Amino acid sequence: MNWRVTAGGVFLIIVAAFLIYAALLSPTFGLKDSEGDYIERPMDQHIIDETQTQTGADNGVTAVVFDYRGFDTLGEATVLFTAVAGVIIIFRRLKK
Amino acid sequence: MSDAGMSKIVKTMTGVCFPFILIFGLYIIVHGHLTPGGGFQGGAVVASACAMILIAYGSIWTMKKIKEKHLSIFESLGALMFISLAFFGIFLADGIFFDNFLVKGAFSFFGLFANTATGVADINTAGVIPLMNIAVGLKVIAGLFAIVLVMAYATHKIKEVDDQ
Repeated sequence: MNWRVTAGGVFLIIVAAFLIYAALLSPTFGLKDSEGDYIERPMDQHIIDETQTQTGADNGVTAVVFDYRGFDTLGEATVLFTAVAGVIIIFRRLKK
Repeated sequence: MSDAGMSKIVKTMTGVCFPFILIFGLYIIVHGHLTPGGGFQGGAVVASACAMILIAYGSIWTMKKIKEKHLSIFESLGALMFISLAFFGIFLADGIFFDNFLVKGAFSFFGLFANTATGVADINTAGVIPLMNIAVGLKVIAGLFAIVLVMAYATHKIKEVDDQ
């Protein structure tokens, strides 16, 4: 077997182990008691309570998208940029 | 969609409708931190208005008016604004990527907090969020319109080649 494949496989296994460990460490959510009520929901309750004082935005969805989860929006913008670049590259030769 | 555009009625009605759709889309972008919507949604509205112009007037006329080269410049400008606002969080504030540095006090323009008592906020609240909305809106407008424009023009060109 090629040594690059082996190294890549070992690297992927290590990354997967870290991800599984981090998932086990993350706080619980969606946990219900016997009557069907949520016991604790730390993430959404924190965002609902603290959005206006931490970011100053009235719209909680925009505050999450552009502030708490800014990396996600960066990825979306990158996807759009790549799509536009790909379309323009494909149709470039037709312009002559 | 013909290459020379549609009839005079459609062109006139497009010209009447276009500024209102434009204002609506820009309102969604600028008020993204106060009302539902944001840069992506408002950009899609404005880009659909531009696509309406493209359909009504034809790809040749539109390509004469605005080149896709300029649209890609605007799109890259929006991406640069967005990523530089993210990097300003590192250099100007606590060293956190995507830090909302404009609500932290030292740079207080755009840095007011939302009025939690009434639920009605001013437009200069929310720190970097409206600026990022404007950057993403610019990017989405230019990007989507560039895609539609280039595809329509390429369709016209392919038809021209096939006819020969």
